Amino acid sequence: MNPADQNATDFLLELRSEEIPARMQAKAREDLSRLFAAELAKAGLAASEIVTYATPRRLALIARDLPLATQAVSEEVKGPKTSAPPQALDGFLRKTGLTREQLTERNGVFFAVTEKPGRATADVLAEAIPAIIRAFPWPKSMRWGDASASTESLRWVRPLHGIVALLGEDVVPVTVAGIESGAVTYGHRFHHPGPITIGSAADYADKLRLCHVIVDQDERAAIIRDRAGALAAEAGLELVPDEGLVAENAGLTEWPVPLLGRFDAAFLDVPPEVIQLTARVNQKYFVCRSSDGKLANAFVCTANIDATDGGAKIVEGNRKVLAARLSDARFFYDTDLKVPLEDQAKKLEKIVFHEKLGTVADKVDRVAKLARWLVEEGIILLGTGRGTSEAGGGGEPQAAPSEQNPLHHASGAVPLPASGEDKQHLANLAERAARLCKADLVTGMVGEFPELQGLMGGYYAAAQSEDPQVAEAIRDHYKPVGQGDDVPTAPVTVAVSLADKLDTLVGFYLEGLTPTGSRDPFALRRAAIAVIILIERNYLRLSLVQALNHQIRTYDLPRIRSISPELPAPLSDLIEQMFESSDPNYADRIIADAKAGRDAKVLLVLERALAARGQLLDFFADRLKVQQREAGVRHDLIDAVFALGGEDDLVRLLARVRALQSFVGTDDGANLLAGYKRAANILKKEGVDASAPLPKEPLSYTPEKDEAALIAALDAAEPAAASAVEAEDFEAAMAALATLRAPIDAFFDTVTVNDPDAAKRAARLALLARVRASVHTVADFSKIEG
Amino acid sequence: MTDAHNTSTGGARPLSFQSMILRLHQYWSDRGCLILQPYDMEMGAGTFHPATTLRALGPEPWNAAFVQPCRRPTDGRYGENPNRLQHYYQYQVILKPSPPDLQELYLGSLLAIGVDVTTHDIRFVEDDWESPTLGAWGLGWEVWCDGMEVTQFTYFQQMGGFDCKPVAGELTYGLERLAMYIQDVDNVYDLAFNDAGVSYGEVFLENERQMSTWNFEVADTDALFDAFRKHTAECENSLAAKLPIAAYEQAIKASHVFNLLQARGVISVAERQAYMGRVRDLAKGACAAQIEKMTPAWQARYPEWSL
Repeated sequence: MNPADQNATDFLLELRSEEIPARMQAKAREDLSRLFAAELAKAGLAASEIVTYATPRRLALIARDLPLATQAVSEEVKGPKTSAPPQALDGFLRKTGLTREQLTERNGVFFAVTEKPGRATADVLAEAIPAIIRAFPWPKSMRWGDASASTESLRWVRPLHGIVALLGEDVVPVTVAGIESGAVTYGHRFHHPGPITIGSAADYADKLRLCHVIVDQDERAAIIRDRAGALAAEAGLELVPDEGLVAENAGLTEWPVPLLGRFDAAFLDVPPEVIQLTARVNQKYFVCRSSDGKLANAFVCTANIDATDGGAKIVEGNRKVLAARLSDARFFYDTDLKVPLEDQAKKLEKIVFHEKLGTVADKVDRVAKLARWLVEEGIILLGTGRGTSEAGGGGEPQAAPSEQNPLHHASGAVPLPASGEDKQHLANLAERAARLCKADLVTGMVGEFPELQGLMGGYYAAAQSEDPQVAEAIRDHYKPVGQGDDVPTAPVTVAVSLADKLDTLVGFYLEGLTPTGSRDPFALRRAAIAVIILIERNYLRLSLVQALNHQIRTYDLPRIRSISPELPAPLSDLIEQMFESSDPNYADRIIADAKAGRDAKVLLVLERALAARGQLLDFFADRLKVQQREAGVRHDLIDAVFALGGEDDLVRLLARVRALQSFVGTDDGANLLAGYKRAANILKKEGVDASAPLPKEPLSYTPEKDEAALIAALDAAEPAAASAVEAEDFEAAMAALATLRAPIDAFFDTVTVNDPDAAKRAARLALLARVRASVHTVADFSKIEG
Repeated sequence: MTDAHNTSTGGARPLSFQSMILRLHQYWSDRGCLILQPYDMEMGAGTFHPATTLRALGPEPWNAAFVQPCRRPTDGRYGENPNRLQHYYQYQVILKPSPPDLQELYLGSLLAIGVDVTTHDIRFVEDDWESPTLGAWGLGWEVWCDGMEVTQFTYFQQMGGFDCKPVAGELTYGLERLAMYIQDVDNVYDLAFNDAGVSYGEVFLENERQMSTWNFEVADTDALFDAFRKHTAECENSLAAKLPIAAYEQAIKASHVFNLLQARGVISVAERQAYMGRVRDLAKGACAAQIEKMTPAWQARYPEWSL
């Protein structure tokens, strides 16, 4: 209780249940705090602080400095004027339930004033507690016991057993689902199974501690983290830190006692990731490294008890369980190693990838062809990824060596494939890696631990003497999994990873299986983000339209041929070309031809392909904005560049956006934007459309000084900006535009656009249209906010 | 908690496999459970026992405990793996409605068979249970003893696709694991089956060898496919005759035949879902038929109850 305020006190709520899943506890604390604050707010109350705790068996909240009663409030309702007819007054009296004498008169108007006295906070809480319990948003909840004969009975995460509700030292009496609130709770399940009476919020944590319950999850986490680390150090080892495990173990214990055990060193033949995963996922153990950085044959488990024998039996029991797990893992590993990945890959013919997209073997075939194409087209080069990061990429985007223009880095700093032979070699590796990349899905180890997909394939490939680049590509081809994951940079890996994701996106979009709202069952958003990151990080110069066309062709040509094996040759050629062309209008012509040929089924396939491609391009644009927003890039600037149309090279697009972002951040940029907007507004008001630029005609009059200066500036800036854009040097393009800023400002200061002379007016509007058009060589500034 | 605790931790020798079962029988019998016998059919888990599945339906109280042999053909290891078996035993307790002190009752049963909770680490670790083949799910935990899962502890929420009203609590003890733990042996075949020197291996090792071979290599797959068809047909026949228990038995049989086909490796991944769906439909159909048949009687005795 706050001694300074005799009219305020602390409130304690404890909801005691059977074991709450560890993963739900943090969210439950947040929800409890939020719901409680909301219930208080409804009554006009607020606590100075709300603290929440969670253990496996209890969810608790302490609200500090709650006033003992709510404020008295006076509510005033305005009525009719005193001069209004009597019917109006009668109506008002009926509505308020008052008499004429009870109304207040002010400035010739009647008011109904009701004084609402303050309510006791205890009463507010007695209503709030059941409301919170009933509204609690557990991710999964259940019914139990006698009351569950009705599905209307209370739902909780697991059976709820007790409610402690103390305002100051007084119980707030509530009954929820037959459970009466009180001051009694229970200590640790085994150390102190009996009841404990809590005095108030002040002694709650201490009383529980005496009964072997550390109620504060952060304190339990600290004990686990520190003690586990110390145990490893005592054994001459280093704990492999794992905050997820710390939190999970803190959520599984009320009295955490880390214990170190050893396992048979012979198991260390199994890949360390497998050991770590088995230990972590199945058993929730930490693992340790020895001084050479390698995994050690030690584990740390976290018991929930101070065992009378110091934990010897617990360690022994856990050791046995881990040994059984590891021997299973070793059995899988040894068995898998004996089967060449190529043979495993054949079994993929029996695994359905998706009922509409064939088997995993079908997918692998498509991915292999696309990976080869990406190399043969020169999109992925021997030097791809070089100069960004050596070993699979780090968390943060690497600064490009050429700060001014990352585009020039890609073509300049990177050695191009010296010969066609090298390119063929790279293409062969990419195809080989792709053909083996899913083979580990049918191995015993991945069957047991699906999260090891890729990794195990990499191990098996390396052990079976595949090229190291192939093994690496198999290992890493699922990456990047979301923002922040490692981004592959090795060329073979990039080829397979990109091909895998593009194939998935095209396949599902062709079938119309697109993400809707929060539903994205095939993780297509993640796939699109991965494609964007791969392109961005590796400076891949790829026409997205062309790549999508290529893969649509892989899906659709066989379909078209099966529908119409005797397609007339010219149409057949045209369709092939359609899938290769990056010209979006090309397809329309083919469709027209297909229509002319009246081949309705073929037409259907083509139209579906076009629709899917359009949707996919929009989808990429959306994802790009989401992904770039996280990287601090303004989405309006992306819109401004997209609005120019026809840009499907993400590297070039982003370079332009970045140049734009730094430009609009400068004085010149901000002022040019202001000048542009002023010009654009005038043009808009005058109905001068950007799509139809005014003809450039010689002036029929002598221009004013600042008018002439703007013309001269445009004459210089236009070609400079255009050639800079052509050379993909967007900083230079911005610099060219920057030269317009002062002339535009001066023009608006001294020259009247809306001149009475029609010829002057027309010429000046044309000049403003030129300004707008030259700015648009870089970006559509009308999309820029601010 | 119980005097069984005192006798079991008194020192001497840990309980044999059969003594452990007898203790559990005694313990749950003392707490009002019917002690039933195993169901005389092959099944993958004790939950399939009609005393669990069908009795979880409807409003009537039901407290029962029994041992159920379980067959999981794909888990066979020809007797060569120290803890994997294609045939093993589960101890099932079903208490409906779930009593408020179910966790305490359960911990008492561990004490009764000699698990000392002051030197061992007993934990309730989230593990929600779902049986797609039974159209059933529940929330609960796997109970860990020193990191080993010894029991599945579930509050049934739905069975056969129907809400459990009221909810039943189900405890499934893995008897071999628990015995290995209590007896401190690393190999299931080394377990003392009784106190007169007979080991688990003497009783079951040869069985594991022969049955693993049969499950994986010998069973006639044409006959199995045929059996699957016949059981599904017979299930429907029984449903048409409004005999849900008979229909449910056929669903159990179909489920086991499906497991055997899996072990023979003749069901592709793609087909697998279809077969499981078939079994689920049969089991759910049997549950629905049982509910339909019993509803008048249930409502006569429990007028408050509705589906």
